[in-house]
Amino acid sequence: MSKFNKLLSEKTTLLADGATGTNLFNMGMEAGEAPELWNVDAPENIEKLYQFAVDSGSDLFLTNSFGGNASRMKLHNAQDRVYELNFAAAKLGRKVADASGREIIVAGSVGPTGEIMGAVGTLSHEDASDMFYEQAVALMEGGCDLLWLETISAPEEYLAAADAFARADAPWAGTMSFDTAGRTMMGLKPADLVQLIKGIENKPLAFGANCGVGAADLLRTISGFADARKELDLDIPIISKGNAGIPKYVEGAIVYDGTPELMGNYAIMARNLGASIIGGCCGTMPEHLVAMRKSLDTIPAGPRPSFEDIEAALGGFSSKTDGTGEAAPARRNRRRG
Amino acid sequence: MADEDEIILAELSDDDLVAQMHDDLYDGLKEEIEEAVHILLERKWQPYDILTKALVEGMRIVGIDFRDGILFVPEVLLAANAMKAGMFILKPLLVESGAPRMGKMVIGTVKGDIHDIGKNLVAMMMEGAGFEIIDLGINNSVDDYLNAVEKEKADILGMSALLTTTMPYMKVVIDTMQEKGIRDDYVVLVGGAPLNEEFAKAIGANSYCRDAAVAVETAKDYMSKRHNQL
Repeated sequence: MSKFNKLLSEKTTLLADGATGTNLFNMGMEAGEAPELWNVDAPENIEKLYQFAVDSGSDLFLTNSFGGNASRMKLHNAQDRVYELNFAAAKLGRKVADASGREIIVAGSVGPTGEIMGAVGTLSHEDASDMFYEQAVALMEGGCDLLWLETISAPEEYLAAADAFARADAPWAGTMSFDTAGRTMMGLKPADLVQLIKGIENKPLAFGANCGVGAADLLRTISGFADARKELDLDIPIISKGNAGIPKYVEGAIVYDGTPELMGNYAIMARNLGASIIGGCCGTMPEHLVAMRKSLDTIPAGPRPSFEDIEAALGGFSSKTDGTGEAAPARRNRRRG
Repeated sequence: MADEDEIILAELSDDDLVAQMHDDLYDGLKEEIEEAVHILLERKWQPYDILTKALVEGMRIVGIDFRDGILFVPEVLLAANAMKAGMFILKPLLVESGAPRMGKMVIGTVKGDIHDIGKNLVAMMMEGAGFEIIDLGINNSVDDYLNAVEKEKADILGMSALLTTTMPYMKVVIDTMQEKGIRDDYVVLVGGAPLNEEFAKAIGANSYCRDAAVAVETAKDYMSKRHNQL
């Protein structure tokens, strides 16, 4: 049994981490800079970032390697430093986790390539898989417990990563972003991800959603997972990593409007919907994580919240439906078959 | 029906053919669009009419369903691809016939921001609507934008940002335009995942465009207002 599964079965719910970008910007990172470069250039800041999660009570944190694939690093002319930067991200994570005095999972963050795949795209399955493989090997050799694919929108990319992780013999988890009318940018519905995973041989240890619009939208997605998982008989834990509300422009800067209290409620609702790895994404600061830890530790499990309950507690949804049900919009009738 | 795929484009009346083209754009059928454009040209249609009545109108429908969460990026890319193939045939003929131009837009993601899928979609949909697009790519400074709008004599400046940390840079660009007294020479449209109406207003943009379809409709509105002023 993997370390991740072991800890999950002991604790039944794991608290993941919060924002990477938002926290790094607070430490003085400039917009447009590659955060991964700090793994080597400012390792003390990255350790501090990881320490935020540890001190806030997280059971798991993600490494600072989200954009660490060759395709993204190329934009910073660092495509030949993929191994070095990912290895460093993992090694710093291992160091902080091991020094914490408790069991903490180090998850190697793997983000999208930023390229479009599939029929209309420019990136082939093989090339994408090779890029993910390069990153995967470095993260695992640097000391990660598992790999953590996140913010994916295309099924092709999810599959390419799954392939790469199989080749690297690495356990993994993978989340997508459902940010467009309840679906991913490429049109996937929550149930489509469950269906996709059904067909993957190298199955993730957990799957779910991250980022997207706000905490409310994210929970609607989790609800969709819970239904589809039951219907398709897929027994894999669900990850919920939502943003701390919605970004607002206040006096020249952007702030997320979700309070720690709101994120505490979000965590409880996520658990009651069936998620067992719960964390934040953009805008989720240490104080949010502390509130989430406290809620999860003190409030007992309750009944599954309805969409109305979610809206009342966390604010409205960004679209009427999540692409399912009778009210969902449908394609026009075509003349050709 | 077994013969559903057996539509012979050349046998359709003009009206049916144009309706069929709208369908085929929606389905991203490039070869069918090319064939239909050739048929209409043979039937002595004006290139400008083919562009507006068949292609632009077809893409407008695609845009509506993209806006409404019915079509997504892969379908829109396919449709834009088919549109482009039709445009490729028409372009030299349009230049020859001196057809009216829709407008010209300079577009790019702001400094510090290297995310460009959304910006590319807007550029494609704008092209699909007949606009001329100058795409500056990613990571653009104030000077990049201002030099381009001046050199290209653009009507519209489009700025895109995916990051909450880069979106305030849009205000820097607009403030500089104000200082130079050229703000009102251009329509400034902004977009990107973390933006909203309120933000666009706060920084002094003309409009926030929620997605590529809205960008096209907004640009068209401003252009028709501009034409009316002249």
